Amino acid sequence: MPAAHPSRAESAPVSGAGAKPRKPAVAGWFTGDEGAPALLGSRCTACGSYAFPKETYACRNPRCGSSALEETPLSRRGRLWSYTDNRYPPPPPYVAGDPFEPYAIAAVELEREQLVVLGQVVRGVGVDQLQVGMEMELVLEPLYEDDEAQYLVWKWRPLAGAPAGRTRGDGTRGGAA
Amino acid sequence: MSKEVAVLGVGMHPWGKWGRNFVEYGVHAARAALADAGLDWSDVQFVAGGDTVRNGYPGYVAGATFAQALGWSGAQVASTYGACATGAQAIDVARARILAGLCDVALVVGADTTPKGFFAPTGGERQQDPDWLRFRLLGATNPVYFGLYARRRMALHGATLEDFARVKVKNARHGLANPNARYRKEVTIEEVMASPVVSDPLRLLDICATSDGGAAIVLASMAFARRHTTRPVRIAGVSTVTPRYPNTVIEMPNFATDSAAGAPPPDVPFRDSIARGAYEQAGVGPEDLDLAEVYDLSTALELDWYENIGLCKPGEAEGLLRDGATALGGRIPVNPSGGLACFGEAVPAQAIAQVCELTWQLRGQAAGRQVEGARVGLAVNQGLFGHGSSLVLKA
Repeated sequence: MPAAHPSRAESAPVSGAGAKPRKPAVAGWFTGDEGAPALLGSRCTACGSYAFPKETYACRNPRCGSSALEETPLSRRGRLWSYTDNRYPPPPPYVAGDPFEPYAIAAVELEREQLVVLGQVVRGVGVDQLQVGMEMELVLEPLYEDDEAQYLVWKWRPLAGAPAGRTRGDGTRGGAA
Repeated sequence: MSKEVAVLGVGMHPWGKWGRNFVEYGVHAARAALADAGLDWSDVQFVAGGDTVRNGYPGYVAGATFAQALGWSGAQVASTYGACATGAQAIDVARARILAGLCDVALVVGADTTPKGFFAPTGGERQQDPDWLRFRLLGATNPVYFGLYARRRMALHGATLEDFARVKVKNARHGLANPNARYRKEVTIEEVMASPVVSDPLRLLDICATSDGGAAIVLASMAFARRHTTRPVRIAGVSTVTPRYPNTVIEMPNFATDSAAGAPPPDVPFRDSIARGAYEQAGVGPEDLDLAEVYDLSTALELDWYENIGLCKPGEAEGLLRDGATALGGRIPVNPSGGLACFGEAVPAQAIAQVCELTWQLRGQAAGRQVEGARVGLAVNQGLFGHGSSLVLKA
């Protein structure tokens, strides 16, 4: 359990003397390298399928089923498949700040892995600054904090200067919904 | 025709925010369905309960909970859960027992009492539960997923906020005369668009509420039904399909889709496969439908369903809506009941409620919202964690 009174981290990440230690909000889902973080998924060495969160027992491809799975960092960049936001605080176990600060959520399509993965969008970037097809990059940011530590999670941010890409309209990857 | 079962009776408890024990709603609906069938509780040989996960242990054993409340009769029992597809599973279990010759009369009941506001995961610290983790790490409420689908639809097919609002306006009008609907009030496009944004691009009036309610049906073998009535409405198909790997559309409560890097996506995406399963069993197609009840968790999702159940090609749903084809009086009315827009969501009762509406429509008893001459109806629905739910009913 987190400490008694966790609260959403309200300021930009700081480091140095006096700063709280930073810990992942979930163990083993992403690398701790804040310069170039990556989600940790799994790859089946038999059929090449990826999974996130990582699969540890057996490949979920029913025509494979191999147990030869390796942990692998996923692509740090992808294209925005869709996006939305939360204008109202989600219920627990989400740790919502008071006052609540709305935030965007992105679904990002990774080309090599051929999957779509969700994540919050970094603070300060709202839906008005997002466009389906634009290139996104993975970063780490505080999700919430308690008396002991600041807890980090992966988030997406638009790649600086990246032009919005084209929306795939062929429906083969996901289609309308 | 040997795969058909008869719907002898249907009943509901009105949807609302009544705040009472869910068992009351279920018993009320069950009694109404039995009365509609002209049968007594003691005639029921098998009870299928649709579980609720929000009401403690009695909700996990809903079949026995309802049986006890109706008065122990010795009937055989099953309780099932499949999120919003719960009712379809309960119906399918009852249908299978009837078709196997194990019983002649079965009662299917689902009911729920819901908390105010967003649905939330059950409590505790559950690091292995994706439903808990999606709230903890993302704050990904159900409307977040609906918002992602809606924005994708806008980007891919040019849907507009007006289109979404138009769905609400249509369904609100449909539900005006429905005595079981929670909301019976017309709204305008402007009112929908001016309601507060919950998860962009969706407004409060684009998103279904959470409700209390109950629904029940009495099913019987065709042989039994013929002894009791002349032309019973029949269930001709029940689809409870799961996705095929890789499922490439993000689905509640997941963090990611399956990967298509090691296996090609299936020819028929999951949401398209749901109704297809029911069509194939019933030997009909979308061109045979007189009406459809679809799961409008959001206004935008109703447009997706038009395409998923084959009413039109991808990208054509907005045109179908704007032409009035899916309104009462149109070519293929969708959600004549008013849909979730007028009911709100009472999870385990929802798929059963769809069957109640189709039955009233196919009997010509849907006063104030009747689709004239309806002979074939489809219900479609989807539960999180990969549950398809679709039925075809014939007059």
